[in-house]
Amino acid sequence: MSREFIHLKVKRQDTAETSAYWEEFKIPYKPNMNVVSVLMELRKNPVNVEGRKTNPVVWECNCLEEVCGACSMRINGMPRQACSALIDKIEKSPIVLEPLHKFPVIRDLKVDRQVMFDYLRKITGWVNIDGSWELGRGPRFPEKDRQWAYQLSRCMTCGCCLESCPNYSERSPFIGPQAINQVRLFNAHPIGQMDREKRLDAIMGVGGITDCGNAQNCARACPKEIPLTVSIADLNKDTTLYGMKRWLYK
Amino acid sequence: MSVLEKNHFFIRKLHSLFGVIPVGLFLLEHLYTNSFATQGAASYNSKIEFLQSLSYVLYIEVFLIILPILFHAFYGLYVVYIAKNNVLRYSYYRNWAFYLQRITALITLVFVLYHLWALRISSALLGTEVTFNTMVQHLSNPGMFAFYVIGLLSATFHFANGLWAFFINWGIAVGVKAQQVLGWVTGILFVILSIMGLQGLFAFL
Repeated sequence: MSREFIHLKVKRQDTAETSAYWEEFKIPYKPNMNVVSVLMELRKNPVNVEGRKTNPVVWECNCLEEVCGACSMRINGMPRQACSALIDKIEKSPIVLEPLHKFPVIRDLKVDRQVMFDYLRKITGWVNIDGSWELGRGPRFPEKDRQWAYQLSRCMTCGCCLESCPNYSERSPFIGPQAINQVRLFNAHPIGQMDREKRLDAIMGVGGITDCGNAQNCARACPKEIPLTVSIADLNKDTTLYGMKRWLYK
Repeated sequence: MSVLEKNHFFIRKLHSLFGVIPVGLFLLEHLYTNSFATQGAASYNSKIEFLQSLSYVLYIEVFLIILPILFHAFYGLYVVYIAKNNVLRYSYYRNWAFYLQRITALITLVFVLYHLWALRISSALLGTEVTFNTMVQHLSNPGMFAFYVIGLLSATFHFANGLWAFFINWGIAVGVKAQQVLGWVTGILFVILSIMGLQGLFAFL
């Protein structure tokens, strides 16, 4: 497919408070570009299709290899990473870029994904190893568990799962699949499991695991192909059993 | 924290459970009993008489049918409200099922409230007798018949798809393949229940 220009249509927003507007650009085509390099090219000469000089489009990026999640945005309507969105593989023109709409916009395509890190704090999304004396070597991670747990650990907190989830919105307190998946990961860890019930408690309140409606868009949207719906179902079992225990041991 | 917030997990689990036990079981019994209409008026009437003659029938109706349905329905309205459906952007099969689950919830609620009024409450208050002939009369209006067909299909879809979600929400079907197979099984259940229900309905024509 030969093209002279890459036609971009970008949803822009100057500040967190001002309203959004659309701006279109034509960037000279080069082979092997991705959305990040197109935006970098645009930054060199920020002129829109009407020939008017404008502010360069603001976006975030970091790793450029789909492992950090920073450049997540909606590309032609679907949430994904700008770095792995290869121009030569996108047929549609113009290419429409929008910020993720489940997170507050800071400017243009840059959003504030802080809420996901707050959720990780809420669910104890780490392994507690700090003590005031030498604890010695920890137990080994059984290989058969490590294999599936590694899959879960690939989460890069990009937000695509929350973006596509119909139960994750300002209307509902649901914390979404991202944090729930991390509960399963750290509960599988031989040291992490020492805080198992604390993590289960954290997802058994309002907005917890019961608020999942099984639309299963998350597993489809996840660029790291994490089996999010399996994580949720597995923790449904754990929370159900733990819920009964919590009740009967009262 | 309010009582609702404090018991959120329990309430959600109860909502899921009630959809299957007792409400889902009642739906199965109800469709099966109605299917006796295909064997003629005498057979149908005898089954109705039997059910009406059950001991503690009022308690069964109130505590095992009406109250669980009301709880499931009205808490369910909140569940319907908090979803922001996005089937046009993410038009995957399961996302459509999620959307239809909520649409059929609303249709079924309207249908059940009318159905309950027309054939149970009015019979309790006004003494209307419920027999094969009452049903023939009730369904003689084509608009009413269509309303019953839509109500029936909504209820069977909502039950079958809800049963799929039930097995996931209780952590019984966990793996991807298990959930897929369960999807097929509950899909077939939807078809079977719908056919059984429609045969019962058409017997009154």
